[in-house]
Amino acid sequence: MSFNNLDTLYRQVIMDHYKNPRNKGSVEGDALTVDMNNPTCGDRIQLQLQVEGGVVQDAKFSGEGCSISMSSASMMTQAVKGKKLDDALNMSKAFSDMMLGEDVDTEEMDMGDVEALQGVSQFPARIKCATLAWKAMEKGVQE
Amino acid sequence: MDVNAIREQFPILHQEVNGHPLVYLDSSATSQKPRPVIEAVDAYYREDNSNVHRGVHTLGSRATEKYEGAREKVRNFIHAKSTAEVIFTRGTTTSINTVAYSYARANLTEGDEIVITPMEHHSNLIPWQQAAKATGATLKYVSLQKDGTVSLDAVRETVTENTKIVAITHVSNVLGTINPVKEIAGIAHQNGAVIVVDGAQGAPHMNVDVQDMDCDFYAFSGHKMGAPTGIGVLYGKQHLLENMEPFEFGGEMIDFVNLYDSTWKELPWKFEGGTPIIAGAVGMGAAIDFLNEIGMDNLTAHEQKLVDYTMEKLHTIDGISIYGPKERAALVTFNLDDVHPHDTATVLDAEGIAIRAGHHCAQPLMKWLDTVATARASFYLYNTEDDADRLVDGLLKTKEYFGDVF
Repeated sequence: MSFNNLDTLYRQVIMDHYKNPRNKGSVEGDALTVDMNNPTCGDRIQLQLQVEGGVVQDAKFSGEGCSISMSSASMMTQAVKGKKLDDALNMSKAFSDMMLGEDVDTEEMDMGDVEALQGVSQFPARIKCATLAWKAMEKGVQE
Repeated sequence: MDVNAIREQFPILHQEVNGHPLVYLDSSATSQKPRPVIEAVDAYYREDNSNVHRGVHTLGSRATEKYEGAREKVRNFIHAKSTAEVIFTRGTTTSINTVAYSYARANLTEGDEIVITPMEHHSNLIPWQQAAKATGATLKYVSLQKDGTVSLDAVRETVTENTKIVAITHVSNVLGTINPVKEIAGIAHQNGAVIVVDGAQGAPHMNVDVQDMDCDFYAFSGHKMGAPTGIGVLYGKQHLLENMEPFEFGGEMIDFVNLYDSTWKELPWKFEGGTPIIAGAVGMGAAIDFLNEIGMDNLTAHEQKLVDYTMEKLHTIDGISIYGPKERAALVTFNLDDVHPHDTATVLDAEGIAIRAGHHCAQPLMKWLDTVATARASFYLYNTEDDADRLVDGLLKTKEYFGDVF
């Protein structure tokens, strides 16, 4: 594998989200709070969701982890904000499929920059990094 | 020591990973296996496989002979007095849990203390947390010095007459610290405590003499010293083991079984319930033969030279943090500024270099180091200065790669 292959993992847009995370911090007022970590590597995320009328009004995250887990959290919060809970869950399902290497139309689902993480599916050891934030979101919504 | 000749004995090393010759720097997680071990396990299954200690037929006798022969090799390897003191287990974790269940739970009560350190691997930490909870004993920590070493004064301050167990790692799997276990054993004994040594990173890399160390228990794994996974050892002083109840009950470990009560076999079989890991033990015996042929002192000297060389090279990299003391075993834990260790490990993997990234099963130690995760390169007898050079080149590329994208 060369650095060209690495570029399929570390796309510019991923690095941008890593360096300049969107929705980092905490929600003001009442919010659902979910803590989740990846025990095998130590990455951890705290996700806060503000849901009103079945719609995600606000989503913020904090935590520590690698470029993939943190950029994925940033992209996920961007994607689910303003979406109905069902749509958010469908996105999560689509994201899991994407990590399994399936073709997913992220544009149709209005998933924003998430498509940039497609390349992670070629790095099995890193898939859990990418799915951490989505798993946290699912847990929050189910609660 | 002829490293190239040694490398020839490790088939797995001769392959390309992601288009580059493999550089394996994760031996602290698990070591690679030399040909004699692979062949011994293969030959055992082809020629001798049978259950042990059921001795009527010939294969049964051969399997038993090989299994017990491996035990004698382990006894000799760690200089134990008797094979009665050498218990085969699944690995270090099971060995330590055996002590935590069979010794700690039976001998500890409220007011007693268990003393450990913050540098322990989870396998020498959680069994004691749980034993403390179960018995009402107090878990105490010896504080570390700034460089990640343990001072004997700190041990003296922490260990009291109420201390019943001191449990400490021989070598830290993160810091590389080599602990003065013999001196710590002395302090434990002065206070009437027993000492349990986690030898997972010790026995594979240096000459271990349990009698000279005067430890009461010493636990280690085969897979970190060239043997298969799934086989490990618990050494214990005979008089302690005699007074302990078995950890697992079932076949193999019994003497007489009646409807409502049973008696146990003598040591060491009392602690080996169920059909043992026979092929694993055979592989462990072969690994010990292999290491003895090279000589543990030669191996240690080679690793020391290599880790000194690596440290010197790593220090030339701008923006690298190296954790642990100057004097260390053959591993280096580090972080590059602004690059998460997972990302470092992924870039190195693209270069064919295998390192470990994460918390190394030592979350309290990560907190002590004030970091979430680190990268670790660990060496064994088959590693070379060329491997260290490849690591350094890989890290420079990692910096370049992440420097570019930012």
